[in-house]
Amino acid sequence: MYSEKVMDHFSNPRNVGEIPDADGVGTVGNPKCGDIMKMYLKIENDVITDVKFKTFGCGAAVATSSMATELVKGKTIEEAMKITNKAVAEALDGLPPVKMHCSNLAEEAIKAAITDYRRKKGLTEESSSCDVCCRRCEDVHHHLDEEE
Amino acid sequence: MSTGNIYFDHAATTPVKREVLEAMLPYFEEKYGNPSSVYSIGRASKKAIEEARESVAGIIGAEPREIYFTGSGTEADNWAIKGAAYANMKKGKHIITTSIEHHAVLHTCQYLESDGFEVTYLPVDEYGLVSPEQLEAAIRPDTILISVMYANNEIGTIQPIAEIGRIAKEKGIVFHTDAVQAMGNIRIDVSKLNVDMLSMSSHKFYGPKGVGALYVRKGTKLTSFIHGGAQERGRRASTENVPAIVGLAKALELADKNMDHHNEKLIALRDRTIREIEKNIPFVRLNGHREMRLPGNVNFSFDFIEGESLLLMLDLKGIAASSGSACTSGSLDPSHVLLAIGLSHETAHGSLRITFGDGNTDEEVDYLMEVLPEIVQRLREMSPLYEEVSRK
Repeated sequence: MYSEKVMDHFSNPRNVGEIPDADGVGTVGNPKCGDIMKMYLKIENDVITDVKFKTFGCGAAVATSSMATELVKGKTIEEAMKITNKAVAEALDGLPPVKMHCSNLAEEAIKAAITDYRRKKGLTEESSSCDVCCRRCEDVHHHLDEEE
Repeated sequence: MSTGNIYFDHAATTPVKREVLEAMLPYFEEKYGNPSSVYSIGRASKKAIEEARESVAGIIGAEPREIYFTGSGTEADNWAIKGAAYANMKKGKHIITTSIEHHAVLHTCQYLESDGFEVTYLPVDEYGLVSPEQLEAAIRPDTILISVMYANNEIGTIQPIAEIGRIAKEKGIVFHTDAVQAMGNIRIDVSKLNVDMLSMSSHKFYGPKGVGALYVRKGTKLTSFIHGGAQERGRRASTENVPAIVGLAKALELADKNMDHHNEKLIALRDRTIREIEKNIPFVRLNGHREMRLPGNVNFSFDFIEGESLLLMLDLKGIAASSGSACTSGSLDPSHVLLAIGLSHETAHGSLRITFGDGNTDEEVDYLMEVLPEIVQRLREMSPLYEEVSRK
């Protein structure tokens, strides 16, 4: 059910780990829903110079985390903010329909980490990441209900 | 080191035994007659079905006319529950079942709820056991059917069926048990259990897929399931799947004959695996009951990791197993059975089910124990939930 690229990123995930002195850290997801993604960014002059992740989740969650880190590395924050879930899924040669929400998580993790960086720099207002994750879980449930 | 295909998912399905296949083969090409036809090859097919019926009946302590062949275990469950509900609806519209039934039972009960029936879903304890006292207390004057599974497909817990049967008989309520997982693993005598209806599925005991059977005690009111010809005494019309029925009977005969050896072997593999996982991997929880447990069933939750990842990693190492994780079910909720025994969603997502069968060996368990601790550790190191624990 998974593409070869998904399985490659699942079995050999890129950029797993933590960055102790990260400039931005974003955590999205909810263990209740079965996935949490945590992304660490190192940012110099608005360019993402290093990125690491940790993920609790299914094969697609691990693979999209890995692909998302590949996509943001070397990008400016402005470019990284434009990365969509669709782009992550496409870079993995697609995901099974029931797993598309995993790619949302990757997009949100990037945005959450950049938001954290901006907040630390005093560039933006406080925002609660918990709202994001709780809303997401429910959104996904509704979405699946509609499919039935 | 074995890296081939190791199959640890016998609760999902089992391979067809060679003797079973050989018993079936003549009924495809040579003895293809329709059992309802009067001429000789038709009669030969009819005879094969009736011999199969006698054999199945003999093994479970029933009479041949109490055995009905169906297209699957799910069909047998559907028929038993809907059939008894509609046949008794003038008496009452209340059904008692449990929260850990297979979806074949649960979704059938939910369907009946949409048609005006009331269903009580009994809770289970932390080991997955139903309480006969709670069941008795749930009985109402309008209760017409009790359905409790013999053994659970996910956690392997074996229910006190004889005790429940006694209560049902005392109260004069029809009692159905879904014995799909139990058949071939537990000796079952319906006359001693006070069971009125029992479902089984051939492919769980080394027979072919697409065939099951429903035992219906004579005198049990049941509406017909499929309307048409006179097959199965007019209650389940459609031309019989002769080779599959022959295969089911042969598989059950073999299972019955080999049961002691089968159980001894599977229990040894099961207990060794449980012991070694508990010894070698921290933060685990055995799901299900330690003693009242199907011989081949191992079910663990591994904290901080997610089940589908675990299955994919095992698959990369050539091991086929199963999980109660949401991601393997196509929905977002983890297994209803694991939630019913009190697991949090997080813990339920990280479950692994291993179900042994006749073909498994000690060497395969050696290999499992070689790769499983590494896989769990690798996934934990990748998990943000494990960070806090590993820092302590």
